[in-house]
Amino acid sequence: MVQFSLPKNSKVVTGKTWPKPEGATNVRKFKIYRWNPDDGKNPQVDTYFLDMDKCGPMVLDALIKIKNEIDPTLTFRRSCREGICGSCAMNIDGINTLACIYGLDEVKGDVRIYPLPHMPVVKDLIPDLTHFYAQHASIMPWLETKTNRPAKEWKQSIEDRKKLDGLYECVMCASCSTSCPSYWWNGDRYLGPAALLHAYRWIIDSRDEATGERLDQLEDPFKLYRCHTIMNCAKTCPKGLNPAKAISHIKKMMVERTV
Amino acid sequence: MQFLTDRKRAQGLGAGGTGTHHHWQMIVSSILLVPLVPLFIFIFGSALGGSHEEVLAYFSRPIPAIILGLSLVVILLHLLREAQEAIEDYVHGVAQKLALVAVAAFTYTLIAAGLFALVKLAL
Repeated sequence: MVQFSLPKNSKVVTGKTWPKPEGATNVRKFKIYRWNPDDGKNPQVDTYFLDMDKCGPMVLDALIKIKNEIDPTLTFRRSCREGICGSCAMNIDGINTLACIYGLDEVKGDVRIYPLPHMPVVKDLIPDLTHFYAQHASIMPWLETKTNRPAKEWKQSIEDRKKLDGLYECVMCASCSTSCPSYWWNGDRYLGPAALLHAYRWIIDSRDEATGERLDQLEDPFKLYRCHTIMNCAKTCPKGLNPAKAISHIKKMMVERTV
Repeated sequence: MQFLTDRKRAQGLGAGGTGTHHHWQMIVSSILLVPLVPLFIFIFGSALGGSHEEVLAYFSRPIPAIILGLSLVVILLHLLREAQEAIEDYVHGVAQKLALVAVAAFTYTLIAAGLFALVKLAL
């Protein structure tokens, strides 16, 4: 049965409040989820204060400033800081997004930062995405061909190439899958919006010759049909993509080949 | 404890090979419900407030009886499929299988009882 409450050792408690910066006039409060697997304590929410006159405009700037100047133990993933690598996905002000492209001015009041929901936490803001990546690998995210390799390139018309727009831009940040209630309850079997968007990206690719096999792999009540078009994925995607639409196209193709 | 690779966990037992039929059946019953539900409300509402003899006479006519029977079957089958979806979402393991059997038995019983009552009214 689905669990609607957290286990005792996962209940979030109030954590440490760090001192305000001295002499600052433009101060902002940050409430950040902390959990250390080594100390045996419950997760806690620490409170930090930042002088916004000395802080960059994005949430990631604030996190880096906290790590550099206040609390070096604060742990989070980041790399490209321009929305390309997908590393810094986290739940900011109740929305799954990328900290590097989410402006502090988009948040009203205190800035509340949590790891991506409903995933095992490795430490602080770092979720364990092992299963998420394995699901992505399971949909064969590569061009699968049977025809002998052409002398030059696999050709594709401009129209067919356009079909990949809105799909290839996905950076696998997991914001969509971890915002999806169906993925929360059945993430072990349901592939989730990100993996399904990638599946559709290869199904619709005119050069790919494994369309039938790819659809066969998805013909399952759980792998595909747990999607109930809730649309959280489209609402939260930091790249503005629409995984729900891709999933509906897969379902349409499934119907087309059987009815 | 199991030493399974991440990929093996993600693959599970593979694809079940079903799902589209259920999805298509939901689309079909949804489309059927678009005309059936207003007709059902109109026909059922027309019979409300009548005497016993008037209701018997009303449902012994073919069109009200057929629409009522169709509505009963299509609505309950649609509900059954929705309930199956909800159970698969929220209930897992043996409880899921038992719940699926229970909800199917309950729905088919309702359909049988409803059709029996309608036949008694109509004939």
